[in-house]
Amino acid sequence: MRFGEFLLLAVLAVPAVGAVAVAAIPRDRAARLVGTVVAGLTLLLAALLATGDRSWTTWAAGTPAVRPWHRLDLPWVPGLDLRFHLGVDGISWPLVVLTALLTLLCCGYTLWRVPPGGSGRALVALLLVVEVGILGTFLALDLVLFFLFFEVVLLPMYAIIAGWGGSAVPGGPSARDAARAAARKFALYTLFGSVLLLVGVYVVVAAAGTADLVALTGGAGLSRGTQLAAFVLLGLAFAVKSPLWPLHSWLPDAHTQAPTVGSVVLAGVLLKMGTYGLIRVAVGVAPEGARWAAPVLGALAVTAILVGSLVCLAQTELKRLIAYSSVGHMGFVLLGIATLTATGLQAALIGNVAHGVITGLLFFLAGAVKDRTGTGSLAELSGLRETAPRLAGLLAFAAIASLGLPGLAGFWGEALAVVAAVQVGGAFWTTLAVLAALGGALTAAYLLRLLRRVTHGRPSPAVGRVAPGLAGAELTAWAPLVLLALAIGLAPTLVLGVADAPVAALVEVLR
Amino acid sequence: MTGLLGVLLPAVPLVAGLAGLLLPPAPRGAAGGEGPARRAAVALGVTGAAGALAVAVALLVTLDTPTEAGTTWLDLAGLRITLGVRLDGAAALVAVAVAAVALAVQVYSVGYLRRGPHDDLDVDHRYPPYAAQISLFTAAMLTVVVAGDLILLLVGWEVMGICSYLLIAHDRRLPEAPAAATKAFLVTRVGDVGFLLGIALLGVSAGSFRIADVLAHDHATGTLTAACLLLLAGVAGKSAQFPLHTWLPDAMAGPTPISALIHAATMVAAGVYAVTRLFPLFVAAPVALAVLGVMAATTLLLGAFAATAQDDLKRVLAWSTVSQIGYMTGALAVGAPAAALFHLLTHAAFKALLFLAAGAVIHAVGTTLMSRMGGLRRSMPVTFWCTLVGLGALAGLPPLSGFWSKDGVLAVAQTAALDGTGPAPAWVGWLVWLAGLLGVAVTAWYATRLLLRTFFGELREPLLHPHDPPALLRWPVLLLAVPAALLGLAAFLPAFADRLAVPAARLAVPADGPAEELVHLGPALLLPTVLLLAGAGLAWAGWRRDPTEDPARALGPLRPVLAAGFRLDDVQHTLVVRPVRALGRLARTADETVVDGAVTGTGRAARGLGGGLAALHRAALPRAAAGVLAGALLIGLAAVLIGVTS
Repeated sequence: MRFGEFLLLAVLAVPAVGAVAVAAIPRDRAARLVGTVVAGLTLLLAALLATGDRSWTTWAAGTPAVRPWHRLDLPWVPGLDLRFHLGVDGISWPLVVLTALLTLLCCGYTLWRVPPGGSGRALVALLLVVEVGILGTFLALDLVLFFLFFEVVLLPMYAIIAGWGGSAVPGGPSARDAARAAARKFALYTLFGSVLLLVGVYVVVAAAGTADLVALTGGAGLSRGTQLAAFVLLGLAFAVKSPLWPLHSWLPDAHTQAPTVGSVVLAGVLLKMGTYGLIRVAVGVAPEGARWAAPVLGALAVTAILVGSLVCLAQTELKRLIAYSSVGHMGFVLLGIATLTATGLQAALIGNVAHGVITGLLFFLAGAVKDRTGTGSLAELSGLRETAPRLAGLLAFAAIASLGLPGLAGFWGEALAVVAAVQVGGAFWTTLAVLAALGGALTAAYLLRLLRRVTHGRPSPAVGRVAPGLAGAELTAWAPLVLLALAIGLAPTLVLGVADAPVAALVEVLR
Repeated sequence: MTGLLGVLLPAVPLVAGLAGLLLPPAPRGAAGGEGPARRAAVALGVTGAAGALAVAVALLVTLDTPTEAGTTWLDLAGLRITLGVRLDGAAALVAVAVAAVALAVQVYSVGYLRRGPHDDLDVDHRYPPYAAQISLFTAAMLTVVVAGDLILLLVGWEVMGICSYLLIAHDRRLPEAPAAATKAFLVTRVGDVGFLLGIALLGVSAGSFRIADVLAHDHATGTLTAACLLLLAGVAGKSAQFPLHTWLPDAMAGPTPISALIHAATMVAAGVYAVTRLFPLFVAAPVALAVLGVMAATTLLLGAFAATAQDDLKRVLAWSTVSQIGYMTGALAVGAPAAALFHLLTHAAFKALLFLAAGAVIHAVGTTLMSRMGGLRRSMPVTFWCTLVGLGALAGLPPLSGFWSKDGVLAVAQTAALDGTGPAPAWVGWLVWLAGLLGVAVTAWYATRLLLRTFFGELREPLLHPHDPPALLRWPVLLLAVPAALLGLAAFLPAFADRLAVPAARLAVPADGPAEELVHLGPALLLPTVLLLAGAGLAWAGWRRDPTEDPARALGPLRPVLAAGFRLDDVQHTLVVRPVRALGRLARTADETVVDGAVTGTGRAARGLGGGLAALHRAALPRAAAGVLAGALLIGLAAVLIGVTS
């Protein structure tokens, strides 16, 4: 077994074994510590995946559009022709690293604080299982395997939301009930998407006779009708996960009710399974269907940007506002994908990573504010910069990064999506570009409204009690995200440099 | 070498700013005041600005030919974004102005944001983030100045916007500050929607975002006109041009040194400067220049008239900025970027001087309202003389700097009007020229009023004992008075004029004519001077009749309208803010009841259906037996039917 194959296997096996170990260790704190070490090891392995031969320049006609840096191809269920086929390339690697990083930060954060509701070690074990599922989704090169990993995530996430989440709604159900309801909605809604995914996968596999993504990319051997059907099914499934308006309504509840670490993983990487699937599977396998559906996808993406931003303007709860902001931001990512150009796909990739970093940070900070003040209602929060200037400063940084300030990570995804829409040209796409750019202004409006409510003014009673300091664990968890937001903003090639060649190859087969 | 200097120019204050952000924002414990963090912040801020000034001066001295340096930032298929600098004489001169004003502001702030003996104990100026944000602001503006790529320019452009937001909201004792800051950022951001789209159009058309490539590319006329018009939206936002000027007067909620920084050499200058950078594109799009001309003339008069009725000292100056930027954009509209840059530089000097001097007055009197000032001439002689120089330059009193630069603008507009030489139609020339001339008289009127209301007559608050400010505040004001008075004469230096003319020299259009002159000595100078005397005389006569009354009473019923800036704030509120808020509420309700309602409705319906079916199955024996029999009958019937058909 070569080093690359070993890495691919290890990056999934380590957190899987780690999850079992964490669940088995009886002492809570020790178990959490083991979990954090395992997550750190996984991050190291994920980062190492970029080593080795990345000979992308040897492009020639006839080579497949997906050319992984490393791949592992083992027979799994020979009778059903299922293969355990993993691979990593420039499209998946940044997301793999992001997943490993956010999981590590969440495990580290749990080392310091366990949300009420259950034992810390169970939470860490579940986080590791979720990590396995997400990493597997990003690494799978077999369509059936992709589907399996896609589903692995669902139940542990349900348990995290239902078990450790919850915030009471005034006049509504109790915190516990609200969390259960949100978790149920999340699970049922995404299961509905999974059913479509399953049907789509089998439409493709039955028509093409193979589940190998490397062979399938480019729509080889699929008739136009099959491609349209496959894209509709797969596109809908991924649209639920991403989420694309109007299939987003599971997201605000789930994000609001989830514990801090759950929200971070949900917003940071779970949504990316949808957009990644859209690029790798839906667009890759059914390019003709993608071309056919692109205008609809683009129009819905822009609607998501505008509606998401407008809803945020009228939102009164901190976490709910950030959750809805995800709808708008993922709208930019989906707009980039819908253009089906190299610029647009690049915009989607960097938008994905930037949104993971920035929204992860925002959820950490919102969690910190809620933990300290005991409320997330914007009406009860004000004057945070008087009592906790550092926390307020970090919140301002995250909000500014989220509104897409040039020079920070969020900018590239949004600006390049607009540029890509302009690049496609024509009245329709130019209108979409204009509307998306207007959505950028609305994004600024709601984030500044958030800052004005939370940080400015005289301290409210809830904020007046807040101590100015930050815990070391908090700073440790947040600092990498702050630095990444800055680093990706200043050097977008960190993400796009590796994605250059695979995106070019993908666009080549889209023509 | 020069390329390195160009990179260092924004890098020095950037590093100072980022380092400053790491300092503890608030002093620990009650001691506060002169803590080590504050001292470090002062050192970082002043060093950053001084370093930038040194680099800018070195660049000005060493740069003889326009230079480009850069590297690829991002290479998308068919689209290149570069990380590079584009240096010419104009860039170096503007950089010097930016760095000099930034240094003055950094030094001045040390004295201005200090806990005074009368302040409450809980006053904490949060100096470290403040100084760091000024450094970042300076770095952003210098990025705009040297940027060789449109995306890089956009980075500086927007970072400047967010720094202005943070700085305007800095004063925690002012309840209106956060709203003003939010407004400043959002109004400019709306303009930036256009700016981004314009950049996208140009970059996609040229296949590269490098300014040199964009300028060299032969764009389709429609694309070019659309792109230039879109860029103008961003310019209007940043440079406070009608109808996106509404943020600027409110931005006075920021500390006075910040007003000086925003109004003098940074932020508002950025829009004008960006147009001069891309001027060849605008020359090829006369429609955009015509729109710019209308915008300029409107803004020029709107700002000047609004300034006449303000009682707040800083708001007079704010509206005068709006009006003066109108002169610069007017010069651009008639095809004279050098004249615009010249006015930009002199305006940077005298407006920074005026704001810092106003800060000294506010510091001494404790209010910004002119109706509570008066008679400060004797007790604050240094401030008085400096303000006099600044106001003279603002009004265009010979031989102060503003006289020469404003004359330059008016002379070009006159030629464009009478001879039709500008790139835009002749009526644009007429519009700018006439508006400019009327503006001279109105400017003289409000400048005289400001001087008389603040420094002449009797002290209206007899309990006060105003005095000239301490050295830290005095020296920046005194030093700025030098360029405010003398910079205009630099136009006679060939080296200075050549450097400013660089952007114009690259134009494709005026191949036949001689290089553009900055100063135009001749009989045409008389007309503005006469108008100036008329305006100043009217204000003086009004004051003379009754020194205790405000000369603005002559405005009669127009006064409240002018004081409210023609109520354009209300218009903006009614037409934009309220509908968007209502739309937000509507979107939320629709999202929760319709979109989510459909989802929860589906769930509820499924559960209801299941319940119904379950209830059906819990039937009593007779009905259950009947059901079984009916089922058997149906199956039998089906079997018979299938059997018959097959």
